[in-house]
Amino acid sequence: MLILNCPYCGVDAEETELAAGGEAHLKRYGPGSSDGDFHDYLFMRENPKGVHFERWRHANGCGKWFHAARCTQTLEVFGTYSAQVFEPPQKIKDAITAKRPGWTWREFS
Amino acid sequence: MKHYSAFAVAREALRYHTGWERAWRSPQPKKRYDVIIVGAGGHGLATAYYLGKNYGIQNVAVIEKGWLGGGNTGRNTTIIRSNYLQDPSAAIYEKARGLYEDLSQDLNYNIMFSPRGVMMLAQTQHEIRGYQRTAHANALQGVQTEWITPERVKELVPIINIDGPRYPVLGALWQERGGTARHDAVAWGYARACSAMGMDIIQQCEVTGVRQENGRVVGVDTTKGAIDCEKLGIVVAGHSGQLAEMAGFRLPLEAIALQALVSEPIKPCMDVVVMANTVHGYMSQSDKGEMVIGGGTDGFNNYTQRGSFHHIEETVRALVETFPMISRLKMLRQWGGIVDMTGDRSPILSKTPLQGCFINGGWGTGGFKAIPGSGWGMAQLMATGHSPLTEAFSLDRFKEGRFIDESVAAGVAH
Repeated sequence: MLILNCPYCGVDAEETELAAGGEAHLKRYGPGSSDGDFHDYLFMRENPKGVHFERWRHANGCGKWFHAARCTQTLEVFGTYSAQVFEPPQKIKDAITAKRPGWTWREFS
Repeated sequence: MKHYSAFAVAREALRYHTGWERAWRSPQPKKRYDVIIVGAGGHGLATAYYLGKNYGIQNVAVIEKGWLGGGNTGRNTTIIRSNYLQDPSAAIYEKARGLYEDLSQDLNYNIMFSPRGVMMLAQTQHEIRGYQRTAHANALQGVQTEWITPERVKELVPIINIDGPRYPVLGALWQERGGTARHDAVAWGYARACSAMGMDIIQQCEVTGVRQENGRVVGVDTTKGAIDCEKLGIVVAGHSGQLAEMAGFRLPLEAIALQALVSEPIKPCMDVVVMANTVHGYMSQSDKGEMVIGGGTDGFNNYTQRGSFHHIEETVRALVETFPMISRLKMLRQWGGIVDMTGDRSPILSKTPLQGCFINGGWGTGGFKAIPGSGWGMAQLMATGHSPLTEAFSLDRFKEGRFIDESVAAGVAH
């Protein structure tokens, strides 16, 4: 079972306490944006076989949204972090680099 | 290819079964093919088969990373139905269901199609309205379904508890000619027929790159060397995104694990397929006597072909209320497959930005039932550039807002 540490309340939450919220760090496009950008924002996900950044909600706990870095190929969790950021903190990036040298994800690496 | 028949069985019985030949050849790849299909699952093999049968294109290779039918074709719950709400879905699934009817005769391979009937239970007022609407839509689409009462449900499925405390059975959408088939045999039957037409099925051969010149596909790089082709069909389910990346375009898909399980074999107790979408579980009994059970997907991106145990627990817990007699059954095996989900939960059968390259994927949780129809439409699309069956499922529907919204129409389990 997937276990994620909630960065807000500090609990190691099992999957049954959590609700998956899909890909993280999406840039939102709305009125005034091009059709292509809007389409990509709505439908195009990175869907990598490897390092994935995603949103989770500690639904049956503190109720807060947070972010997690996880590998979709091995189910390994690299770390969790606050949802109030535009990109993963350096600590998370370093943890990923230690295990997956050369990883990239959209504009991050 | 030697014809399979009752006479052949008798003949081989008399000579100690020494005369059976291999069902398909395992050749080395040639330098060049007219068409390469990536993925030797049901959909890929069906595409190749109908390319040969309907359009005479027989210089075809089907390339497979693992073994034939080893992906989702071997991992589903074998249910066949076509009671969809939206017209394009009903058309392609009904085409598939119709082809399943005499597929054994067509392929000369017993796929054990069993039109035992598929029942989708309505357990809330919302579902009653939803399924009555689907039954009316199906009448217009020429798909034979009907709305049946709880009493008729009980008659068809004696082991069901129709007045459960939380979710009583209020009626059901009944498709009499839906059912099940032997999933492996579908892949094997198509493979044998393709091989007999002279097509090459190349297993243990991973595609590592898609070669292109001037915006046109010219071949693929594989672990068995480069192979040239005029047209390329990508039919790889869970790994569609990876193949698309090699070909230089992106797909609106996410890969998620879907699990299923079977119980220990018991005596025949239920001769229809029952789906309960409110509580999220479905069940049928295999010819061996196992109860074959499926449920909803795991919620997060996953390429591992395994899922979380609590989803299994939720599925079984839900079914126990409606089928109290299964509460003491032991479960034998559990497995997971990687399904590629689109935003509207409908598949993508389409041309792609790369000329000569076609994609068939995004079947999500409902691919097995569609295999013959999908192959039929995909072959037409690849051979002629257009197919009425696949037209609505094109890649640009997301940009144009032409969704085929089965996620809303079908509730959850597909």
